[in-house]
Amino acid sequence: MKWPLLAVCILGSSLAGNAVAQDADNATLEKGRYLAAASDCAACHSAHGKPEYSGGISFSLPMGKIYSTNITPDADHGIGHYTEAQFGRALREGVRRDGSTLYPAMPFPSYARLTDSDIHALFVYFRKGVKPAPISPPKNGIVWPLSIRWPLTFWRLAFAPTPTKAIPKTSGEFTDPELARGAYLVEGPAHCGACHSPRAITMQEKALTATDGSLYLAGGAMVDGWTPPSLRQENRTGLGRWSEDDIVSFLKTGRAATGSVFGSMTSAVLHGTQKLTDDDLHAIAHYLKSLKAADQTQKPWTYDSTITDQLHKADLSYRGARIYVDRCAACHRTDGKGYPSVFPPLAGNPVMMQDDPVSLIHITQSGATLPPMTAAPSSIVMPAFKHKLTDEQIADVVTFIRHAWGNNASPVSTEDVKRLSKSMPPPDMADDALSLN
Amino acid sequence: MGKKHVDAIIVGAGWAGAILAKELTEAGLSVVMLERGAERTTQIEGAYPDSIDELRGAVRKRLFQNLSQSTVTIRNTMDQTALPYRQLSAFLPGEGVGGAGLHWSGVHFRVAPEDLRLRSSVVERYGEKFIPEGMNLQDYGVTYEDLEPFFDKAEKVFGTSGEAYKVQGKIVGNGNVFSPDRSSDFPLPVMKDTFSASIFRDAAKNAGYHPYALPAANASRQYTNTYGCQMGPCNFCGYCSGYDCYLYSKASPNVNILPALRQDPRFSLIPNAHVLRVDLDSTKTKATGVTYLDTKTRKETSLSADLVILGAFQFNNVHLMLVSGIGKPYDPVSNTGTVGRNFVYQTITSSRVWLPSSTYTNQFVGAGGAGVAIDDFNSMNFDHGPLGFVGGSPVWVNQAGMKPIAAATGAGGGGTPRWGSAYKDALINTYKHSLGIDAHGSNMAYRDVYLDLDPTWKDAYGQPLLRMTFTWKDNDIRMNQYVVSKIEPVARAMGATKMNLVHLNPGQPFDTRKYQTTHLGGGAIMGENPQTSALNRYLQSWDVSNVFVIGSNAFPQGMGYNPTGMVAALAYWAAHHIRTTYLKSPGPLVQA
Repeated sequence: MKWPLLAVCILGSSLAGNAVAQDADNATLEKGRYLAAASDCAACHSAHGKPEYSGGISFSLPMGKIYSTNITPDADHGIGHYTEAQFGRALREGVRRDGSTLYPAMPFPSYARLTDSDIHALFVYFRKGVKPAPISPPKNGIVWPLSIRWPLTFWRLAFAPTPTKAIPKTSGEFTDPELARGAYLVEGPAHCGACHSPRAITMQEKALTATDGSLYLAGGAMVDGWTPPSLRQENRTGLGRWSEDDIVSFLKTGRAATGSVFGSMTSAVLHGTQKLTDDDLHAIAHYLKSLKAADQTQKPWTYDSTITDQLHKADLSYRGARIYVDRCAACHRTDGKGYPSVFPPLAGNPVMMQDDPVSLIHITQSGATLPPMTAAPSSIVMPAFKHKLTDEQIADVVTFIRHAWGNNASPVSTEDVKRLSKSMPPPDMADDALSLN
Repeated sequence: MGKKHVDAIIVGAGWAGAILAKELTEAGLSVVMLERGAERTTQIEGAYPDSIDELRGAVRKRLFQNLSQSTVTIRNTMDQTALPYRQLSAFLPGEGVGGAGLHWSGVHFRVAPEDLRLRSSVVERYGEKFIPEGMNLQDYGVTYEDLEPFFDKAEKVFGTSGEAYKVQGKIVGNGNVFSPDRSSDFPLPVMKDTFSASIFRDAAKNAGYHPYALPAANASRQYTNTYGCQMGPCNFCGYCSGYDCYLYSKASPNVNILPALRQDPRFSLIPNAHVLRVDLDSTKTKATGVTYLDTKTRKETSLSADLVILGAFQFNNVHLMLVSGIGKPYDPVSNTGTVGRNFVYQTITSSRVWLPSSTYTNQFVGAGGAGVAIDDFNSMNFDHGPLGFVGGSPVWVNQAGMKPIAAATGAGGGGTPRWGSAYKDALINTYKHSLGIDAHGSNMAYRDVYLDLDPTWKDAYGQPLLRMTFTWKDNDIRMNQYVVSKIEPVARAMGATKMNLVHLNPGQPFDTRKYQTTHLGGGAIMGENPQTSALNRYLQSWDVSNVFVIGSNAFPQGMGYNPTGMVAALAYWAAHHIRTTYLKSPGPLVQA
């Protein structure tokens, strides 16, 4: 049952006609609200401290800075003048009301999969369920001639699928309804591939769906200082050892026995996935578990207690061991297993074993705050170490973590850390700035 | 212009306030919580390693009351002139969100059932005449059976680690043989003994006593509580008392309740809001709301409410009642009035024992709530007849973690030098090879020990300071001496090479300069008689029935146990009766 509220409304149709229409409208609006969460519209269009969906979040692209737009129903500053057809075209095809093409920061190649009825619900929600906000985001900082939009049209025509092609591709491939629902959510509204799939030199995702091949969700390039890992079944660097329940718990609460959310994904869980029903989260997890490993060569990770035994004998000879014991072990433990769902394990954690150590280096530098979620109200913090450890010490401790407990990933150099100081995200503190008295 | 109205106002963001706020929002009420101090969360200032900076923490008193704004005045006896308490030393009230519940250690006791009806117990056993002249010995008006479900509820919120003795009438473990029956076991397994606690356990057992692990609101494992709030496991880092636990292991309102409350749209918390008074109607029998001062803008605001909960620190609750005119102030001369009556403390002395240099106690290791105790000399667990005093003390080794600055300033104890190489040797010796043993005793209430408003001194907001008239009395001094005398043979059996046994002496006045405990109590006590108690058995003011006053202010006597567990149980008990009875028909829950 995907839309229980709607079903109840339909079953309740013996009520007075107006009330039914009203309920049906409300049900459509609520469905739209839900889809907006599933599509994570807020992550890009709701800036902290500004009205919901009024835009203004900046994106640094190679050609300059762009800002997300106001998508509230305000007629002058938002999308109040959009018809449903125009709204659908913008979402699914990347075409603005004036006919020009949106920057592909808007994931219209994924949204192309949205069904007509979901587009309708989203339209109703963004028309009636969102407060108009009469503010405009800052002007995009892209200089002429790169600011000319018509080349984007070629990009769009070359790389973005049309809804007519995209919709059957996603929904038609699966006979199992749970897999089909999972595929629809992941490939469509949730647009996971926008970050987690590799992109070509021309910036299009190399695969947009599971049927496009094993590059789909095989891990993407750095976004805001974080490298999105593979969501496929690689044993070491993917979700091979995550159970369906682990994935559900992660998406619902930002925390699971196998790891906690950090970096750019935090916002996707906070504004998006935590609001999904358990059925939908299971569908997503079920679908992700069906994606075979892109890299079939990985030797399965098994726990290796050599380092643990050394630490327990106060043998701190391995590079970075002392820093680990002093700075990390209180929460992540000398055995690297952490305290599941509170302090994540480092032993066997895919992020520790990614080829590219950038996420691990950046989280050590900047720290991370796991914000409160509806189903898990505690905010758990990892402090930033940039100002407590030298680049060399960070390189040492990251190397230690990548080596220990069977992780066996490549070492990290002081130069790597130094270089990455430039892309280091700002120290990640809790959402609201509180006084430190 | 109409005042903003809410269903309930809660004064103070500590344990009492957080529990009541949670319960009242669950009941559907809109709740505003006013906290005079700053906002505090683990993820900001509690984060490792800044949170465990001893200079900023215990030395400069980061989490404690700012005495430059408000304090108390203190004198020993009624013929003296009280002076302001200008430096935090004898006791350390908290300030800021979490209150004392953020800086406490985490020893989380229930109650010795006979302490709740101490007057009745003493009279039954030894007769009325056993009670010394001038001692206001009273019963609480509630029994352990009344409170048991609420002790149980609180432990599941706090994530309390411990070892039960009896659950539902069956002996289940190696817990405290003197402890009463429990409806369920502790939510978390017992904390491990530190080495020092383990040798005390052995020595106490060999001496014929009944050692048990202290119940600790320090999580022995990761834990998700009743409200979905998460705790990490304690690693015995030793930074409990005076600190906000970076591991989320020590229970606090900030870790265990507020995360859930902050998600509730019916709840709002206003920090830096110093409540000046509870506003009463012209009959002085109904509160209309409160008036508070924004300490940043110095702007006064009045809020109106149907229900006012005072959940501030013990003496701040009493102060608010006095400055607001709730109830009749206590007069020790005529022995009338109730607000300020039965002001109590605890009789605590800490002794130190040094072991041979081959034995390492590693004093830097510790957990504030963990340790091993005996109750053989607590409450009514021993025969007071031949001893002639009322009350008792648990005795324990509670290795809470000695921090470097504290170790250096404490040094070698006894007659060791305060400088040079002998000082350094003694300091190292203490840090590595000593242990502390505490007699954590009760303190009885007396007619001339009380709280009232100081006639001279005012706080920064122009209100009179609260005045404490307090000193040690013969009954409690003799109790302390008796219990400390029992420590010596146990310490010898542990292999002591040197001992510094500390006890009170006859005639010794209360000395504010040395830390003793923050476990202040009484002043607005609960009871069955409106002539001798400010609150009824539901912690409701006898005089203003829409004011409930939650905290250790309700204790008629200072008990041997740490008070937080009892405060939490009383908070849930009061909340239960507010929810099930008061809200349906507001008014006195007990007819005066």
